[in-house]
Amino acid sequence: MSTFILLTLTGLGLAALYFLVASGLSLVFGLADVLNFAHGLFLSVGAYATWWAAGHLPGAGPTGFGFVLAAAFGVVAGAAVAALVELVLIRPLYSRTIEQVLVTVGLSLAGVALLQATWGADPRPFPRPEWTRGVTGIGGANIPNASLLLVLAAAAVLTLLLLFLRFTRVGLVIRAGVENREMVTALGIDVRKAFTLVFAIGGAAAALAGALGGVYLGSVSPAQGGSLLIFAFIVVVIGGMGSVVGSAYAAVAVGLLQQFVNYYGTAGLGDICVVALLAIVLLVRPQGIAGRAVTA
Amino acid sequence: MTQAVSAEAPPAATPPELAPPRRRLAAFAPLVVLVVAVLLPYSTLPLPGLFDGALNKPGNLQILAVCLVFGGLAASYDLLFGRTGLLSFGHALYFAAGVYGTDVLVTHAGFPLWQAAVFAVVGSTILAALLGAIALRTAGIAFAMVTLAFAQVGAILVARDFGGLTGGEEGLPLASDGLPDFLLGVANTVNLYWLALAYLAVVVLVVSRVAASPTGRVLAGLRDDERRVGVLGLDPYRYKLVAFTLAGGLAALGGVVYLLVVGGASPHVTSSELTLSLLVMVVLGGPGTRWGPVLGGILYMYLDHRLTSLSADLPGPLGQPLFVLGAIFILAVYFFPGGLASLRTRIAPLRAALKRSPTS
Repeated sequence: MSTFILLTLTGLGLAALYFLVASGLSLVFGLADVLNFAHGLFLSVGAYATWWAAGHLPGAGPTGFGFVLAAAFGVVAGAAVAALVELVLIRPLYSRTIEQVLVTVGLSLAGVALLQATWGADPRPFPRPEWTRGVTGIGGANIPNASLLLVLAAAAVLTLLLLFLRFTRVGLVIRAGVENREMVTALGIDVRKAFTLVFAIGGAAAALAGALGGVYLGSVSPAQGGSLLIFAFIVVVIGGMGSVVGSAYAAVAVGLLQQFVNYYGTAGLGDICVVALLAIVLLVRPQGIAGRAVTA
Repeated sequence: MTQAVSAEAPPAATPPELAPPRRRLAAFAPLVVLVVAVLLPYSTLPLPGLFDGALNKPGNLQILAVCLVFGGLAASYDLLFGRTGLLSFGHALYFAAGVYGTDVLVTHAGFPLWQAAVFAVVGSTILAALLGAIALRTAGIAFAMVTLAFAQVGAILVARDFGGLTGGEEGLPLASDGLPDFLLGVANTVNLYWLALAYLAVVVLVVSRVAASPTGRVLAGLRDDERRVGVLGLDPYRYKLVAFTLAGGLAALGGVVYLLVVGGASPHVTSSELTLSLLVMVVLGGPGTRWGPVLGGILYMYLDHRLTSLSADLPGPLGQPLFVLGAIFILAVYFFPGGLASLRTRIAPLRAALKRSPTS
């Protein structure tokens, strides 16, 4: 029983990581039709900015409130980089989907190489606040606090995102834009402002995933974002593009499946099961759990 | 006045026999390049700055062979991306299937090379057909993500080293027992070079023949307007599957040649970065053209190699080949949408303007 609880909660921790990356991807794709390969870069930027701030920023530090400040700095850096990428690189290619994908591909290659040139390709030890190194006993199982932190953060982000989308005017514009962008534009609303905002939100969520993922994994390396990104893509497709709630469901399904199969089967089998799940969802319900039909 | 008008009129199409001799010669240019490429290993010409030492040193020949393989691989990817408009992020999977399939069959199962190669290529082609049948149920960006996910399974399978087959992170050196003598040893690098050249020639031939065939016209139609092809009564799904399968088979063949050239398999060939770099090669070279992807592939691999060996002398991020190539790629997307292949058509109006200005 305790093993079951442990696997469930660590699986949810993994799901939280996926959700933080996937929610931004999904919104960006739903609204702007941009498949953002540079999203993993935002994650790495968040992780490195947090790591840097913990060592250099006055007031910030590796533990306690100092770490919160460092993570906040990382999130702001991620959001700023994302907004900058949208304004400078994506916006001039408005509605040319393939070129936008190509630019984000180039950006992901060049950005990761830039991080590598600055801080080296080897993993760097990440600051882990005192509390996250411990465990909490739940139902007889010792759950790593880092997993709990991830779950709490993801739940908070999900709640905030839903409240933002449901109850604010900008949220309404974003939801309407995901539904039918041309109509929103025709009604005289500048959707492009919403694009920048959605990019910034996605960048912030990814940067948070980077900071907390660094705590979870204990180290940070330039290529980390890329490997997480692939599972985030899978989560987005399973969940349905443009749906935050769908991403949450899909992230939980993927995280739990991966954790359980990797434990009871051989390591690596869980990852393969996730792709099998993707294939099944595509065959049965190509638009994803909660999504609109995907068209070219 | 009349002269000015006739200068403005569009040039009428000239039948080939009346074309000026220079243009007739241009049709033979690929043949000339091929002959030069075949004879290249006999040249002892040193190219300082471009290569270390004489051109026909085994090390340089191997670099050239890798470049040629990637030229062919980029051309096979272009069959998907440039000719059919399918943005696949999983092309590395079929290449890796060719590499690892052949390697495992030769090294672990003790098959002779040619049998292993045939099995690997046929198996990879079937794999491409099966996975393509699933992935093509989606379109556009979703298709890209799904192919990426499938390729990721390949990367995981290789990295986790199930049953000790693939060697995991270490890679799997090719056992030399099953290989014919003319492919063994440093002195025979030149044969590997010719093999890579032959692969490139085969891919270019196949892709350009397919593109010129009625099927190729349908593929171009799918790229430009899929709905219209559907309205004409043709089944887009079936044609896309044909392109996907064929490209997968060609990539697997390239995998076999690559395995022989580098003498072993490494998990790098399964990575999604390989597919991304194929995309970069095609876009840099010029998608949907006969020579663009080939040039892009050769140039990319050469630059990658050259920048790596120069990286110690270059300051800061310039020492990272991927930073330079990624930045060039972004600039190319903005300023050279047609890639290298479009340079000639871009220069032509300029040259015409220069030629006209003295007479007027």
